[in-house]
Amino acid sequence: MADVITYRDAVAEGIAREMRRDASVVCLGEDIAAAGGVFKTTTGLLEEFGADRVWDTPISEQAIVGAAMGAAMTGMRPVAEIMFSDFLACCWDYLANEIPKVRYMTGGQVTVPLVVRTANGGGLGFGAQHSQATENWALTVPGLKIAAPATPADVTGMLAAAIRSEDPVVFFEHKGLLATKGPPPPPGHVVELGRAAIVREGADVTLVALASTVPLALKAAGVLAGEGIEAEVVDLRCLVPLDAATVLASLGKTSRLVTVEENPYQGGWGATVVSVVADAGFALLDAPVRRVAGECVPLPFADTLEQQVIPTVDKVVTEVRRLAAY
Amino acid sequence: MDATALLDRYERMNVIRRTEKAAHDLFLRGLVKGTTHLAAGQEAIAVGASAALRPDDYVFATYRGHHHALARGATPEECLAELMSRATGLCKAKGGSMHLTKAATGMLGSYAIVGSHLPMAVGAAWSARLRGTEQLAVAFFGDGATNIGAFHESLNLAAVWKLPVLFVCENNLYMEYTPIADVTAVPRPAADRAPAHGIPGEVVDGNDVEAVEEAVGRLARRARAGDGPAVLEAETYRHFGHSRADPAAYRPAEEVERWLKHDPLDLARGRLTELGVDEETVAGADERARDVVERAVEAAKAAPPPDPREALTDVWADGGAAWRT
Repeated sequence: MADVITYRDAVAEGIAREMRRDASVVCLGEDIAAAGGVFKTTTGLLEEFGADRVWDTPISEQAIVGAAMGAAMTGMRPVAEIMFSDFLACCWDYLANEIPKVRYMTGGQVTVPLVVRTANGGGLGFGAQHSQATENWALTVPGLKIAAPATPADVTGMLAAAIRSEDPVVFFEHKGLLATKGPPPPPGHVVELGRAAIVREGADVTLVALASTVPLALKAAGVLAGEGIEAEVVDLRCLVPLDAATVLASLGKTSRLVTVEENPYQGGWGATVVSVVADAGFALLDAPVRRVAGECVPLPFADTLEQQVIPTVDKVVTEVRRLAAY
Repeated sequence: MDATALLDRYERMNVIRRTEKAAHDLFLRGLVKGTTHLAAGQEAIAVGASAALRPDDYVFATYRGHHHALARGATPEECLAELMSRATGLCKAKGGSMHLTKAATGMLGSYAIVGSHLPMAVGAAWSARLRGTEQLAVAFFGDGATNIGAFHESLNLAAVWKLPVLFVCENNLYMEYTPIADVTAVPRPAADRAPAHGIPGEVVDGNDVEAVEEAVGRLARRARAGDGPAVLEAETYRHFGHSRADPAAYRPAEEVERWLKHDPLDLARGRLTELGVDEETVAGADERARDVVERAVEAAKAAPPPDPREALTDVWADGGAAWRT
């Protein structure tokens, strides 16, 4: 394998590894087969595994996720793609009412081991209906696991864990990260769901980030280091299970918290992280918490407008400076 | 169908009818909370179809699904205990009337969002084909489900891959409170739409257990042979309103009278007589059904309530419900 791999290629690599390992892993979605996915995240799967296991579907989001559910209930491990995360709304019944509830309401009789993959987030000028960061939608639903990797190796390792999981996982691949490169995943790489990573150590402030906001937080930390502020950056990797222990341990070192999330402030996951900290770690704090999040507006088209709305390095740096001075 | 087979179907329908009556009575006595959606009058569809299926076929049903759960192996005791919120309930009292499920016998659930289970049946059929099992998936649904998007998405997806799935519509003329005919542009809401998706659509008398069994058996053989899905629209009538809260006063008296005269149990009984089965034999089946349900009621009443700690189990595969470390 090459010295580096793109986030985009790490998706196909992660799926292919599991399909080779386990014949019950199958894929379905719009344009995923011959076209290799509109984001080229399923390139090569049709050629290697054939049309029975890599199924091009019509534009039928309810049927895609509903069929994945039925297949998962009967012995398969489907990986369904919903092209843009905005389109999860078209099959929301399955994500809110069917998949996460069936084990519970059948008293544990039925298992739904499936993965719903989707391209999430803004920054590419796709406009209001193809740019949202929607991981907070899934966070409102008990019974869904939520993964959102930030690096190519994590993409492959977390896909392995998600596909092997007996629980349903919504897997958010960030569009803005698809072309980024990183060290390739080692053979057999598995990143357990619910384990956050400290991706930069620091003693002055904890930045909690996810997916696209991880490189953003790291850049902000670089700027802040030049001013003598050392930020510790936590990549949450998953929202459910939420690795609160790692966040609290980091606060034990830094005593200051900033969450950096792309979804809107209103109802965003940062609020949940902050409430857990207020509940379980209030005594660790020496300053108010801050949340850098998306504005509560639909994503605008023009670059200059979009940058006004979603988190940027400057916004993170500004918040941290205010907090450092507290 | 010979007399022995028909007597068996008759007794099964009788057990379902009596279980439904017991659910109704227990509700009136305050022993069943929430609501129930009774399928009294529609027993022939569940019993006829189930008799035509293999034990390992998959069935998906709706919130009006008592009859399907019972026809597919759930006992009256398990079902009534579930309705009465007992620990011995089919779903450990976490499902209730609208979610009767017995996965071990292929009854993969009752779903209370109208039409949501149709794509699941498509997926189960896909899975069966991938695993090479020749299993069939059957989705039972009401006429009201034929106007939701997932119905059309499912028919198309099943057709395009020629999957072994049967879509069985229980057309009882009313979607909740409104006549289906008032809100649907074609007279046969399921069967008329099937050809638009490249699928055969048939209509059957849903109160005739023999006719249902014949049609499902024939369409099942076709699907297992690789010839793809089919839609079967079974015309029937519910004896009660949509749910407990609905006295069904909107139904014309003559319509109710006409359909009550076309009761599936009466039809089967008449046919048994034609086949030369004596009254005593039929009464024996009635008595066995009554005993089973009476004992089920007593057993369910005597069962304990669920342990409150059960509320925080069964979300995840590890048995728990933890969302953070």
